[in-house]
Amino acid sequence: MVLMKMKFPAEKRVRLAQGLWLLSWTATMAGALTFCLGCLLKTELRRRAEVMDNTEIHCVPHTLMVVGIASLGINYFAGRICQDALDPGRFPRWKGFLNPYFKVSLFFTSLMLLAVIMSYAMKGSLEASLKIGLKNGIRFYKDTDTPGRCFQKQTIDRLQMEFQCCGNTDFRDWFEVQWISNRYLDFSTKEVKDRIKSNVDGRYLVDSVPFSCCNPSSPRPCIQDQLTNNSAHYNYEHQTEELNIFVHGCRETLVKYYMGLMNTIGAVVLSVFLVQGSVLVSLRYLQTSMEAVAGQENAEIETEGYLLEKSVKETVMEYLDPVLKIIMPNQVASSDEGAEAGNPAS
Amino acid sequence: MAVLKVTFTKAERDKLAHVLWVLNWISVVSGVILFGLGVFLKVEIQKRQELMSNHEIDYVPHMLLTTGIVACCINFLGGKICYDCVDTTKFLRWKLVMLPYIVCTFFFTFCILVGALMCYTMHNKLDELLYIGLRNAMRYYKDTDTPGRCYLKGTVDMLQIHFQCCGNAGYRDWFHIQWISNRYLNMSSSEVMDRVRSNVDGKYLMDGVPFSCCNTYSPRPCIQHQVTNNSAHFNYDHQTDQRNLWKGGCRQALLDHYTSIMQSISLIVFLIWLFELLVLTGVRYLQTAMENLLRQGDPDSESDGWILENSLAETARYNFNIIKNLGKCYQVDDDDPNINIPTIAQQEVPPRQILLEK
Repeated sequence: MVLMKMKFPAEKRVRLAQGLWLLSWTATMAGALTFCLGCLLKTELRRRAEVMDNTEIHCVPHTLMVVGIASLGINYFAGRICQDALDPGRFPRWKGFLNPYFKVSLFFTSLMLLAVIMSYAMKGSLEASLKIGLKNGIRFYKDTDTPGRCFQKQTIDRLQMEFQCCGNTDFRDWFEVQWISNRYLDFSTKEVKDRIKSNVDGRYLVDSVPFSCCNPSSPRPCIQDQLTNNSAHYNYEHQTEELNIFVHGCRETLVKYYMGLMNTIGAVVLSVFLVQGSVLVSLRYLQTSMEAVAGQENAEIETEGYLLEKSVKETVMEYLDPVLKIIMPNQVASSDEGAEAGNPAS
Repeated sequence: MAVLKVTFTKAERDKLAHVLWVLNWISVVSGVILFGLGVFLKVEIQKRQELMSNHEIDYVPHMLLTTGIVACCINFLGGKICYDCVDTTKFLRWKLVMLPYIVCTFFFTFCILVGALMCYTMHNKLDELLYIGLRNAMRYYKDTDTPGRCYLKGTVDMLQIHFQCCGNAGYRDWFHIQWISNRYLNMSSSEVMDRVRSNVDGKYLMDGVPFSCCNTYSPRPCIQHQVTNNSAHFNYDHQTDQRNLWKGGCRQALLDHYTSIMQSISLIVFLIWLFELLVLTGVRYLQTAMENLLRQGDPDSESDGWILENSLAETARYNFNIIKNLGKCYQVDDDDPNINIPTIAQQEVPPRQILLEK
C-alpha cells in the first residue's frame, strides 16, 4: 500500500525537476533568512542579559541558527540532485546518498517546527528568568561601589527609560527595597534613624522611586518622592494620577516585547518550513519516479512516484523493530518459553 | 591652438561613447543619492522643528532635492545622447543640442558645488536658530495647558534624555526661568509667596532642574532640587560633583549632531560634483570628436577631440563679442559684405582732382 501515489509522464517529470530547482534556490535564501533571524533574536536577548537570570530562552535562537545553516546544505544538495535527476547516466551515483539524506533533512525540518513551538512554549521560562533578574537588579541598584554590581543602577535606569516601565511588577517594588545607598544617608538625623528602626531588617525604605520612572509625557513636573502622600504635593492625588510615572512593570513590558519579536520570527519561520517541506516532498517524488525509469530502454515512459513504499504504520514499525529488539529482548524470549512450556502440557 | 587636444580612432570613439553611457547611468544613480540626502536632511530638521525658531534653514535640503532631480534628468539625457553617438547618423539628431547641453550642464555643476558649500555655511545660521528656539522651548516648558505649546515639555524632556544635555548652554539656564506651572504651586504657602516676591517679574524661580537633566551614569540617586545648596544634601558638593546632572548644553549637542550630518553630506556632494565634471569632460571630447568626424566626411577615420577650439583667452573674447553684439542688430556694420564697397576706380579719383586744382 503505497502512500500518496502519483503518475508522472516524462514531461511532468521535467517540469518537476525545473520547478524543484527554482524552489531549492528559494529555500536556500529562506534558510539564510532563518539564520539571520536567529542571530537577530540572539543579539536582542543578549542586550538585556543583565536583567535575565538564566539563558534557557537562548535555545530558541540557537536552534534557528543551526536549522538555517542545515537548510543551506539540504537545499544545495537538492539543487544538485534535481540537476542530475533527468540524466539517466548521472542519477545512479546519488542512489546510496538519498535515503540518509532524507532522514537528515526530515530531522532538521522538524527541528524548524520545534523552534517555533518552543518560542511560544518558553514564555513562562522567560518570565520567570526576568522576574528574578529584575528583582536582583532593583536590589543591587544602590551598590554602585561594589565590583560586579556597579553597573546595575545604570542598566536599570536606562531600561526603565527606554521601555517606559517602572519596577518589576509595578512601581511599588521600589518601596520594598532600599535603593538609596547608606553612603548618601545622614545617620545623625532623626528622620533617617526613625525610618531604619521602623522595619525589621534595618533598611531605609521610602515611598519614592528613582528619576528613571518619570514619564516625560506628564503635564506636571515629576513627583518621585512621597508618592502615596497626597498632602505632600499641591493639587495631587496619587490614585487618579496616571501620567506622573510609568505605570507598567518592566517584567510585563519586556515579556511583551520579546513575545512580539518571537511571534513575528515564528510566522516567518513557519513559511520557511512550508517551503522546505515542499522541497523535500518534490525531491522524494522526483527520486521515486526516476528510479522507476532506471534500467528501462525507453526513458520517456510514464512512471509512478510515491512518498512511502509501505503505509506510514508499516514504515514506522520497520524502523522501530530493530530498536525494540534491543530494548526488549526478554519479552521475545519469554514468549518462546511460554510456548515451549505450553506444549508439553498439551 | 586647441586646448587639451586628443586624437581618437574609430574604436576609441566607440569605446568612449559606451563608457560615457555607463557613466551617465551611474550619474543618474548619484542624482538619486543627492535626492535621498535632501530627503534625509529634511526629515532630520523636521524632527526637531519645535526647537528651531523658524524655517529659514529649509533652503539647504530643498536645494539638495531640486539639484538631485535635475541631475537625474540631465544625466538621463546625457546617457541617451552618448548611446546614440556611436552611430554618426544618429548623432546628427543630437548635433545641435549637444553644445547647449554641455554648457547647461557645466553651469549646473556649479549648483551642485554651491549645494556642498551651503552645507558648510549653515552652521552659523543654525547656532542662532537653535539658541532662540531652545530659549523659547524652555520658557514654554510649563505651558502644558496652552494649545500649541502643550507638547514642548515632552519634546524638551526627550531631547535632554536622548542627547544627554541640560538647558541651553548649561543646567543653570533652568534657574532663570519658571518651569513649574502656577497650577501646581500652592500660592497660599509662605515659601512660594517669598520666592515669587523675591524677583521683579513675579516668577517662581528656584535652583532646581527637571528630571530629564539627571545623569544616568551617576553613582548616587539624582539631586534635582536645591542643586547649588550643599547643606541640603548629605555628602554633596555641587562644585566637585560632575556626574549628577548632564554637563553639556543642548544647543551645543544639537549643533554637533547637525554639523556631523552636514559634513558627511557635503563630502558626498563634493565627490558627486567631481564625478559630474569628469563625465562632462568626456561628453565634450566625444562631441568635438564627432563634429570633426562629420567635417572630415569619412566615418571610419581618426578625428580630434578637444576641450576648447582656441585658447581660453580667444574663446572668452569671441563669446564676449557675441554678447556685446547681441544688442546691435540694426546698427550699420563696416565689416558687413552686403553693404556697397567702393571700387578701385572710384578710390583713385579724389587724388587727381586735388592735383588739378593745385
